Amino acid sequence: MLKGRHLLDPMDFTTLEIDEVLELGGQISKNPEKFSNACQGKILATLFYEPSTRTRFSFEAAMLRLGGQVIGFSEPNSSSVAKGESIADTIRTIACYADIAVMRHPKEGAPRVAAQYSTIPVINAGDGGHQHPTQTLTDLLTIKSLKDNLSNLTIGLCGDLKFGRTVHSLIKAMSRYENNKFVLISPKELKVPDYIKKEVLQKNNIEFIEVERMEDVIERLDILYMTRVQRERFFNEEEYLRLKDSYILDKAKLKKAKEDMIVLHPLPRVNEIAVEVDEDKRAKYFEQAKYGMFVRMALIMKLLGVEVC
Amino acid sequence: MLTVNSIKNGVVIDHIKAGLGIKIFKMLELDKIESAVCLLMNVSSEKLGKKDIIKIENVVDLDFRILGILDPNITINVIKDEVLVEKKKFELPERVENVLSCKNPRCVTSIEKYIDHVFYLVDKEKGEYRCMYCDEIYALSEV
Repeated sequence: MLKGRHLLDPMDFTTLEIDEVLELGGQISKNPEKFSNACQGKILATLFYEPSTRTRFSFEAAMLRLGGQVIGFSEPNSSSVAKGESIADTIRTIACYADIAVMRHPKEGAPRVAAQYSTIPVINAGDGGHQHPTQTLTDLLTIKSLKDNLSNLTIGLCGDLKFGRTVHSLIKAMSRYENNKFVLISPKELKVPDYIKKEVLQKNNIEFIEVERMEDVIERLDILYMTRVQRERFFNEEEYLRLKDSYILDKAKLKKAKEDMIVLHPLPRVNEIAVEVDEDKRAKYFEQAKYGMFVRMALIMKLLGVEVC
Repeated sequence: MLTVNSIKNGVVIDHIKAGLGIKIFKMLELDKIESAVCLLMNVSSEKLGKKDIIKIENVVDLDFRILGILDPNITINVIKDEVLVEKKKFELPERVENVLSCKNPRCVTSIEKYIDHVFYLVDKEKGEYRCMYCDEIYALSEV
């Protein structure tokens, strides 16, 4: 039962609970009109302490498409946060007005603090370089919808695997399904943190390799998950400039890939996927954004305990 | 040479790394208890070279578990009628609150002032703890 729960970390839900959300997300994607009044009278609060267009719009669109309403801020300087209000006080106040809250915050663990003080469900919409569970749900629904299942896949993750919270969460999530293999493609400075390798992959005997060249492995992949090297996670600008264009997926590289491979990206894209790739049938990153809205609709319904017969 | 009498009943916290005694004194809030308390600093020690010692008279029921976080070599000697009746060594606690501070500048604990700093033990052998909020790992050796 997900009603009243928080979603702070992708591992907060069991695979059965995740499957429940994905199942509903799949139903919504096939017939969104059926759910257009599911959350009538409900209010979603969007507490965005750092800029985010996609995730915020995705949540707002999700609630509006469910017939609910949205309040919130997308710029902390325009809220009481600018006066120095704590997260604990903000959420306690917001909980008086809204039925469910979604939080994006630059500090890691901020949504956990909110959840400790909240009487309404809190959804983590990204906390620093730490977690982004609804991106993970987005990725899972996309993979499930486009590849028919979440098992027996070879998943290539490419780019910034060190600070990429979406990557960490996706590895954790896909590790829970049978017989998946990982190909970790990154410069040595941006490798997956050791704790993910030890505690998630090695501990569960999951096959993985680490490589630096995409060209050497692309033909093996069922999924290629590209990520951006994120300027905002670097303390050293020179380091960022040196690494930012480490990988650029273009048509030439795609030639070696399987015909049914899918290319995903959490967006926003900068240089890491050439625009010419957008026309390729394997490019699914914009479709992925749509699945993100559907899965957020499903998540909101589940956490609010709303059903449509 | 400084001499301090042995206590009849109470506890002696021994083998404290030199310099840590004052921190432990504050952590255990020994300035607030009514019994006689003695903090000895920089005492000669065969094992450590120098060490600190704390003696507390007529008190045995303080929560000493957090001391293992600071220094697992610390020993607690319980004295009854001038006889050593129990010698305690430390097990690392599964959860510690407000003892360690998260050093991750991206952690919410760096801005949210009124929350507890909570860490969970993740590796007993290596003495590693994980911040409840940001998952940053700390080895006790670096604390």
